[in-house]
Amino acid sequence: MSYREALRLALAEELRRDERVFLMGEEVGVFEGSYKVTAGLLDEFGEDRIRDTPISEEGFVGAAVGAAMAGQRPVVEIMTLNFILIAMDQIVNHAAKIRYMFGGEAGCPLVIRTPNGAGNQLTAQHSQSFEGWFAHVPGLKVVAPSNPRDAKGLLKAAIRDEDPVLVIENLPIYKQKGEVPLDEDFTTPIGRAEIAREGTDLTIVPHSYATVRALKVAEQLASEHEIEAEVVDLRSLRPLDVETVAESVARTNRVLCVEEGWPSYGVTAEIAARVQHACFDDLDAPVERVGMAEVPMPYAKNLENATLPGEDKVLAAALATLDMGPRR
Amino acid sequence: MLLIREFEPEAERQYKKARIGGYCHLATGQEAATVGAVSALQDDDYLLASYRDHGLALARGVSARAVMAELFGRVDGCAHGRGGSMHLLDVGRNFLGGWGIVGGQMPVATGVALSIARGDDEQAVLCELGDGATNIGAWHESLNLAGVWRLPIVFLVMNNVYGMGTSVERASAEPELYKRAAAYRMRGERVDGNDLEAVIEASEELLANARRDREPAVLELMTYRYRGHSVADAGLAYRTKDEISDHRAEDDPIELLGRKLVERELVDEDGLEELRARAKEKVKDAVAFAEDSDAPDVDSLAEHVYGDPAYQEQFARMRPGSPFGETTLVFERGLSS
Repeated sequence: MSYREALRLALAEELRRDERVFLMGEEVGVFEGSYKVTAGLLDEFGEDRIRDTPISEEGFVGAAVGAAMAGQRPVVEIMTLNFILIAMDQIVNHAAKIRYMFGGEAGCPLVIRTPNGAGNQLTAQHSQSFEGWFAHVPGLKVVAPSNPRDAKGLLKAAIRDEDPVLVIENLPIYKQKGEVPLDEDFTTPIGRAEIAREGTDLTIVPHSYATVRALKVAEQLASEHEIEAEVVDLRSLRPLDVETVAESVARTNRVLCVEEGWPSYGVTAEIAARVQHACFDDLDAPVERVGMAEVPMPYAKNLENATLPGEDKVLAAALATLDMGPRR
Repeated sequence: MLLIREFEPEAERQYKKARIGGYCHLATGQEAATVGAVSALQDDDYLLASYRDHGLALARGVSARAVMAELFGRVDGCAHGRGGSMHLLDVGRNFLGGWGIVGGQMPVATGVALSIARGDDEQAVLCELGDGATNIGAWHESLNLAGVWRLPIVFLVMNNVYGMGTSVERASAEPELYKRAAAYRMRGERVDGNDLEAVIEASEELLANARRDREPAVLELMTYRYRGHSVADAGLAYRTKDEISDHRAEDDPIELLGRKLVERELVDEDGLEELRARAKEKVKDAVAFAEDSDAPDVDSLAEHVYGDPAYQEQFARMRPGSPFGETTLVFERGLSS
């Protein structure tokens, strides 16, 4: 089953399970979703539960916040992460604050799903991965599945959660296939990283599409350099499973953090800070990071490739971390 | 109305004694608009508001004690000392908050109306906002959604002439704000907000239409705020003392109502005086209550950031390498060790 189909299955199962669950977003109904995640759902669940919205992110995200406060379980689709900035006030100033600011008297069980990602010459305004901005905010939860199984499991866990959860999907992974449990009660726990590949020589810490890259690089390290890299797929950014990362680093003594977004003030910055504190005595090399080059994404294909945190860059950084290549 | 008239100056006095902190926005002068609109709500209707929310909370039936204790930042406040002046609420009374970002409550209120529309109950939402909020994008987006989805909501514009210090004329290309409803094929009404009966009549009609026919509307209430934007604003940089005293002399909602009641022999001057004294007593009692209420326990600092039963387990692995103090401060009580 593809990542896209796994998301659709999760939505359908939760829509069937709980009447309070409904979907909202641009083109989720008649058009079947810009990336076809919601294809077919309108036929089964009708217009009340698969609700097309105007192009009005602040309006409909805020409406989802209000509906959630009033007892519904809205699942909002934002066409891509880039457009979420228009709704930032409703997410950060409203959804994230409700429970605390109102002294625990009210809550906001809201899910926002949206893809990040780059690589199709979509240029500066449509190629961004700033999920770290949201993981910065107490009151929000942020998850970022890297495979079809977790796409289903984390989306279902998010819908069942009592707090606002941002589910970061990913454009390049939508078509990726993998095993997906068909059990309707299967969920992936929020706040648990997963060791996606075991290894002894180096810990690579990615999330979302960077996990796909990291796993490829790990295979290359094994076949070309006799290095066994452990890949710790974060899966959740807030809550963040630092414990699993730290346990891995204690075994491998070397760590490389990878993300699709800009590294400055990013997810990799947070991991590096946590690791240096938790694993100071374990480290045999400085914590290394790879992310998108710190420019707005350019259009020309060769420039885009130079901007992306491609496997070649991840490999070079891995070798540097292992003292097998030049430090950058 | 008298309770609000007594409560607000007391809040200002307590603010100046530094028992109340943060921002504190008073609504003295807006009592008829506040009470008239809120009194048109049924018990199961919803109310959402801007940050100028003391009067709205009191009108909805939140006790003066719970409001004053919240302003004092005490556990017996309606938000248990986590919200303060701008974030009063009472979920039991379907009063879902005072909100602090101008206009931010409008999409949220629209969503509450959407939640009603998903069911069959005849309920409505009253969303209060200031005149300044009609120039923010959320106004347009909320009215448009309420229009296309036919949601049971009345947007109540408290036109008190100034958004902070900028007058409606200086801020709005269409200063007759109710007319903007026409852009959404929505009914818009403008009413003298200092005339209690007129406010009640218009509010009841528009709310009834919302409940029965899922018909959204805009209700613009023309009123005036006597004090500054907040207690930190003397309120004189953008208007004259004469302007304020003219409003007090000619359009005071409490004077107007008192005169009517006396004319109709529903109450005499002594009766009015007694009502005033009772309101004063209630406010005095609220201050005493707030003084006696405990400050929140510092060990409870991390409580209510999240509410899911699993959140402690979800966050249990976030501690290694955490910034200073989290193990003792943030995690001790809120998250299991």
